[in-house]
Amino acid sequence: MGLAETLTYAWPELALAVGAMALLIAGVFLGNGASKHISLASVVLLLIAVGLVLFAPGTANVSLFDGAFRVDGFSTFAKVIIYLAAAIAILMSDRYLAGEELGRCEYPVLIVLAALGMSLMASATDLISLYMGIETQSLALYILASFNRDSRRSTEAGLKYFVLGALSSGMLLYGASLIYGFTGTTSFAGIAEVAAQAENNTGLVIGLVFLISGLAFKVSAAPFHMWTPDVYEGAPTPVTAFFAAAPKFAAMALFVRTLTTSVPGVIDDWRPIVAMIAVASMAVGAFSAIAQNNIKRLMAYSSIGHMGYALIGLAAGTSQGVSSVLIYMAIYVAMTIGAFACILMMRRRGGLTENIADLAGLTKTNMPLAVILTILLFSLAGVPPTAGFFGKWYVFFAAVDADLVWLAIIGVLASAVSAFYYLRIVWFMWFDDPAPAFERDTGPVLTVTAWGSAALMFPVLTVFMGLLTRLAGDAAASLF
Amino acid sequence: MTESFADQPWLSMTIFAPLVGALWIMLSRLIAKKDDNGAIVGRDLEQIENNARWVALAVSIGTFFVSLGVYALFDPSQGGFQLVEEVAWIGGGVSYKLGVDGISILFVLLTTFITPICILASWDAIKTRVADYMIAFLVMETLMIGVFCALDLFLFYIFFEGGLIPMFLLIGVWGSKGTKTFAGFTMPSRVYAAVKFFLYTLIGSLLLLIAMAWMYAEAGTTDIPTLQQYGFSADAQKWLWLAFFASFAVKMPMWPVHTWLPDAHVQAPTAGSVILAAILLKMGGYGFVRFSLPMFPLASADFAPLIYALSIVAIIYTSLVALAQEDMKKLIAYASVAHMGFVTMGIFTATEQGVEGALFQMLSHGFISGALFLCVGVVYDRMHTREIAAYGGLVHRMPLYAFLFLFFTLGNVGLPGTSGFVGEILAMIGAFKVNSWIAFFAAFGVILSAAYSLRLFRQVMYGELTKEALTAIPDVDRRELFSLGALMVFALYLGFNPGPALAVFSPSVDILLNNYHAALAAGAR
Repeated sequence: MGLAETLTYAWPELALAVGAMALLIAGVFLGNGASKHISLASVVLLLIAVGLVLFAPGTANVSLFDGAFRVDGFSTFAKVIIYLAAAIAILMSDRYLAGEELGRCEYPVLIVLAALGMSLMASATDLISLYMGIETQSLALYILASFNRDSRRSTEAGLKYFVLGALSSGMLLYGASLIYGFTGTTSFAGIAEVAAQAENNTGLVIGLVFLISGLAFKVSAAPFHMWTPDVYEGAPTPVTAFFAAAPKFAAMALFVRTLTTSVPGVIDDWRPIVAMIAVASMAVGAFSAIAQNNIKRLMAYSSIGHMGYALIGLAAGTSQGVSSVLIYMAIYVAMTIGAFACILMMRRRGGLTENIADLAGLTKTNMPLAVILTILLFSLAGVPPTAGFFGKWYVFFAAVDADLVWLAIIGVLASAVSAFYYLRIVWFMWFDDPAPAFERDTGPVLTVTAWGSAALMFPVLTVFMGLLTRLAGDAAASLF
Repeated sequence: MTESFADQPWLSMTIFAPLVGALWIMLSRLIAKKDDNGAIVGRDLEQIENNARWVALAVSIGTFFVSLGVYALFDPSQGGFQLVEEVAWIGGGVSYKLGVDGISILFVLLTTFITPICILASWDAIKTRVADYMIAFLVMETLMIGVFCALDLFLFYIFFEGGLIPMFLLIGVWGSKGTKTFAGFTMPSRVYAAVKFFLYTLIGSLLLLIAMAWMYAEAGTTDIPTLQQYGFSADAQKWLWLAFFASFAVKMPMWPVHTWLPDAHVQAPTAGSVILAAILLKMGGYGFVRFSLPMFPLASADFAPLIYALSIVAIIYTSLVALAQEDMKKLIAYASVAHMGFVTMGIFTATEQGVEGALFQMLSHGFISGALFLCVGVVYDRMHTREIAAYGGLVHRMPLYAFLFLFFTLGNVGLPGTSGFVGEILAMIGAFKVNSWIAFFAAFGVILSAAYSLRLFRQVMYGELTKEALTAIPDVDRRELFSLGALMVFALYLGFNPGPALAVFSPSVDILLNNYHAALAAGAR
């Protein structure tokens, strides 16, 4: 394949990289007054990237750059969701940033750059491109976490994230170097080949343990989850909304692709590791969130738990399992964005409130918001007929299908425990006496996002679940 | 012509008619004039609330007539599933499939019949957030009908579990006052009851979800008729049966997982208690008949002694507990657990009398215990207390009420001539066929039920009317008379003439039991 042809497959990434730099230059020249236009341009850029992904010239699965980068159904599915989630995150931030006088033109550009890194993660089929993708994404995220640089909480969050992120990157690199040392190659296909022929894969497995640790950090799975609540709480809320959605999806996609394509031969070695990480995450997510009074911290623990459920699908290791991870993560991203849109609407006298107690009696003061949040919370808890239930059903089914019934049982028990803290918010909203009302003028973006996400959770996906299942099934099939 | 008439999606229409009503009320709320804080106030609110009441009543009565249409199209001489609708849904063997047979049709009718009565019972009793209440109730009705019509396990689960949400809100928002301290937290006791109800049922059902996933992995479909014929291995049946049991036993509820029920009943508004007793409890028994017996016959036979033991404990122990209650609703709630003991016992005798008796008992309990909760609601609306000790001598002021209460009390005791008698006697005959000791112990339940029911009646109705507050208490009004009268007609009709109802049950039960015994014979070989 000639360079020109190769590049045609990498159009979305090229567009994002060139576009981000152009926007950065434009931002520098136009000054912060133009940050609103830069935001809009970034959103348009991301939407163009979605178009480029969907209408790629050859839809067939191809490997580019000597097998370092792969465009297939899996990466397409992941990229569409990542770009859309990033675009919505930019839109949701505008009002908040303007209100806090944080409206700087770097903000949307950083999100676009992070999306570029995530895009690489979704397509990476080589240890080097894997690391490149992760770092491109992470560096942008570190800055975003401390974007409110005059706030001690925000800087602290950024610093914590950076230090721990660097540690995990180190582990990941160490694991990658061990794998390279054992197999003599960095490409996933090559590793798979060597592993299939070798009689003893101990060296590979040791490297893999470090690699998995690094990846688990990126998806914030227990026991590598410690940074999550602090960063979620400290970062500006729209940034948290972004963190909770797209990067999680990208990291999970990378996790899935790495384990299922590079080391399918040693699945018996990594399956218990992934299963234990899943169990630990579900347990941490279920029990730690009960005591939280800050809704951002609660969402952090909730997301740790959700990563545990998604990892159940990965532990299954089958095509069925991978498609269940994709379905679960897609639904997770949609409901998380909706939940954060609601959190961003918890605004009182100019400031955001983060206390769960502030939601008390919301049905009496702001019925629409209460209904949306109720639907999203029941979906997060996985109660039928919401989409969250369908997501859980697919991962549990994948686990049972792969003879991991015990994992599915732990999963349902954890989800029963976690149902409690979601219910707790619901009962605050419905049963308690009202707290002072929130401001009603929250802008169209948040309202539309919240309504759209709630509509997806309840009627739309319930009816059109077949479509999502088919798309995810096709995407998963491209890995096997 | 007639054929195309019958080909309409009648069951879907029955299921979703209440939902349409709920959406209607929601819409009227949405477009109503609001003040600056987004609240509807004054005349507008009154109008919305009145509209909500009438829409809910009209829609639920309409649904009842649609379900009568379903019944008219239903051929009771056939045992198989009728009026089947099937639409591809989420793919891979999971479809949107509905149908009714002799076992489920009467429960559909029971649901559509009880719901308008509940809405009437809430007419004046619910004073706050009426529109929300009616929406929750209509959504609840949709989900309940769906449970009895679903012919796909996955769809069944969605209806079965989805019902938790509106019931949770009904108990938590419109429940009664009082606080409860639990594990160091002080909370309103309605919240405690609502959360307890939700979590108990959820945990039970989640194990059902795993079993469902396993069956889907094994059989490749969640189609109920197919699964009933599938024939799981004896070992698998054991685990699957236990998972289904976990779910249905909580819903039923069986001893020892019944403790959520008294809490939920006491806290729920009157109509919530009625729906809980009349319909929600029946889902457990329905589940046993629909799933446990036909899908896991070998395990059902193996575990039958366990069920007998739990049923007997439920019958005797909870009857004794009922004797000691100070709260009317709690007493009736414990009585419900005891009566459900007859149902589980009857079902797992796997005899024709036992199963039909259990089904009949569920039906009759729907009328009688529903009516008893309504009766409690009548005095609760007037006096705002459910303490038995707060009443006494009501017969002097409320003769009509006393008559109705007496009738349903006797129905609860299982007096011949009321529907309560038929179910209990049939279930006991079934038990006799299997093991006379079971029937012997179960018979104590009948005696005890007379003891606690009559004690309740005596303390509330008889004696001198000494309490100051009671001297001006008015008798039942027309609305209450209508609701209770309608229930009484059915309880009497079923009591004197149980034949037609049993004839509807019997073809389907025959098929069920034939398959069951054939599977047992094949398994024993």
